[in-house]
Amino acid sequence: MTNISLLPGLPNIARSEGDPKVLRSGPSSRGIPDSIAKGLGWFSLGLGLTELLAPMRITRTLGMEGKEALVRAYGAREIGSGILSLSIDKKLGLWSRVAGDGLDIATVMTALRPNNPKRDNVVVALALLLGITAIDLIDAQATTMRHSRGLGRRRSYRDRTGFPRGVQASRGAARDFKTPPDLRHAPPLAAVSKHAPTA
Amino acid sequence: MRALVWHGKEDIRCDTVTDPEIEDGRDVIVKVTSCAICGSDLHLFHNLIPAMLPGDVMGHETMGEVVETGRGLNGKLKKGDRVVVPFTIVCGECDQCKRGYFSVCQKSNRKKYLADKVFGHGTAGLFGYSHLTGGYPGGQAEYLRVPFADSTVQKVPEGIPDEKLLFLSDIFPTGWQAAVQADIQPTDTVAVWGCGPVGQMTIRSAILLGAEQVVAIDHLPERLEMAEAAGAITINFEEENVVERLNELTGGEGPEKCIDCIGMESHVSLSMPDTVYDRAKQIFMAESDRPHVLREMIYVCRPGGLISIPGVYGGLSDKIPMGAAMNKGLTFRMGQTHVQRWTADLLRRIEEDQIDPSFVITHEAPLDMGPEMYRTFRDKQDSCIKVVLKP
Repeated sequence: MTNISLLPGLPNIARSEGDPKVLRSGPSSRGIPDSIAKGLGWFSLGLGLTELLAPMRITRTLGMEGKEALVRAYGAREIGSGILSLSIDKKLGLWSRVAGDGLDIATVMTALRPNNPKRDNVVVALALLLGITAIDLIDAQATTMRHSRGLGRRRSYRDRTGFPRGVQASRGAARDFKTPPDLRHAPPLAAVSKHAPTA
Repeated sequence: MRALVWHGKEDIRCDTVTDPEIEDGRDVIVKVTSCAICGSDLHLFHNLIPAMLPGDVMGHETMGEVVETGRGLNGKLKKGDRVVVPFTIVCGECDQCKRGYFSVCQKSNRKKYLADKVFGHGTAGLFGYSHLTGGYPGGQAEYLRVPFADSTVQKVPEGIPDEKLLFLSDIFPTGWQAAVQADIQPTDTVAVWGCGPVGQMTIRSAILLGAEQVVAIDHLPERLEMAEAAGAITINFEEENVVERLNELTGGEGPEKCIDCIGMESHVSLSMPDTVYDRAKQIFMAESDRPHVLREMIYVCRPGGLISIPGVYGGLSDKIPMGAAMNKGLTFRMGQTHVQRWTADLLRRIEEDQIDPSFVITHEAPLDMGPEMYRTFRDKQDSCIKVVLKP
């Protein structure tokens, strides 16, 4: 038997001989917006790490020397968004990416000044940013809609008592049940008072 | 056969897999007629329970018909028997089983060495609930191999619909044990956190057992409505302060019995800052559980009272107010359900019309729709409370 803690992601590795094995896979509970969110989460992590570890390369490419600390801060933000986008709170992650895109665009816009020798790079970066913002926005909306509690009918369960004899008749209907000795707790006060010594 | 298979976080698929086979004399193969998605399946869906492997078959609420038997059953089960399959696999012979502590059976977990490492000492084998509990394929499938079948399954009579019997496999005995282990007295106020399927069963069990008042706590209107239908007083925690309201209902003394039907995934809300803290720690894997309910119960419970925990916890919980718990002299009772200890008695209560557990079913769908229904159930869409699947 293989130690599964060493091989957490491999199928069939710790499965016993006779257990069912997958022959053909069906559609996943994870929809397209969820899969895109996963991709964007990993992208965020990659970009965030780059910003955190190599801010100089980014500032030099865009002609924004001196802004390394800001790029590092954005890297940390990007990593946070990435982790959230990969978690079950992906809606929060995706919307934080959208907000982050806005910040990125505003920051890069400042480098569009005419005297910037890397102005062409800035234009390309802005085009990329606008593209990724569109993807983020579409996916954030699609994911929010897909997982919204508002989907479907609002039903009433006022008649679901579970008691065929009615609620009143059911109160205490199982008093014939004797609590097993190992599950007894404090007796009711009345039972104790009866045996309590009088003053 | 077709089965719902775990492929990773939020990734369940209806796959075609190889059919199960008899491996031991005490095995049977059950043709599944009904199965359900449990709230605790969502912990697997969210990948919060360790030791799941892609390819694991999900499901631990199952019933059906015996279609194949091993040779060591001594006539206790035969082809054609109608059975409910409890989620706990039990040998029926070890010291724990003899005491009725079936969920900690010493023999049924075939990967006990893994559970020994994580928990100190392993517990029973469970269907479809990670390799820590044996890695047994689950029952959200067309067929299920049941090990130790003669001591594990509950035979049920013909003539009662699946919908009334299916929940003997888990949520009804779980709600029942939650109430029974609280040793409810006629003067007790019983507060139940969470009005999901287990919460609903707990509420009804507490009412059947004669609690003076049962208070149900949740924030979803349809769930509170269902709790109210059974005679519970309801608290919507998004509209009212739970502690204040419980104190008000108990003359300022707090409920004698508090029951946690939520477990490791408490609702996260900015109005409850500890839940945000827990969620952040959970994302960074610094904590596995979100024990907001546990904290609130310890705080509000009457001194000398009892806390019953049927909700599933998976690993490590942070900031548990042990000082309050110790000084108030609270009793804690918890654990996976000893299903087989209660099933025969509960079957009688269903037959006698004391309760009809089918009230909780809000959605029925074919097995192929399972992946979609996981999402509907998790996202609480379409007022979903309980999903039954038909293979």
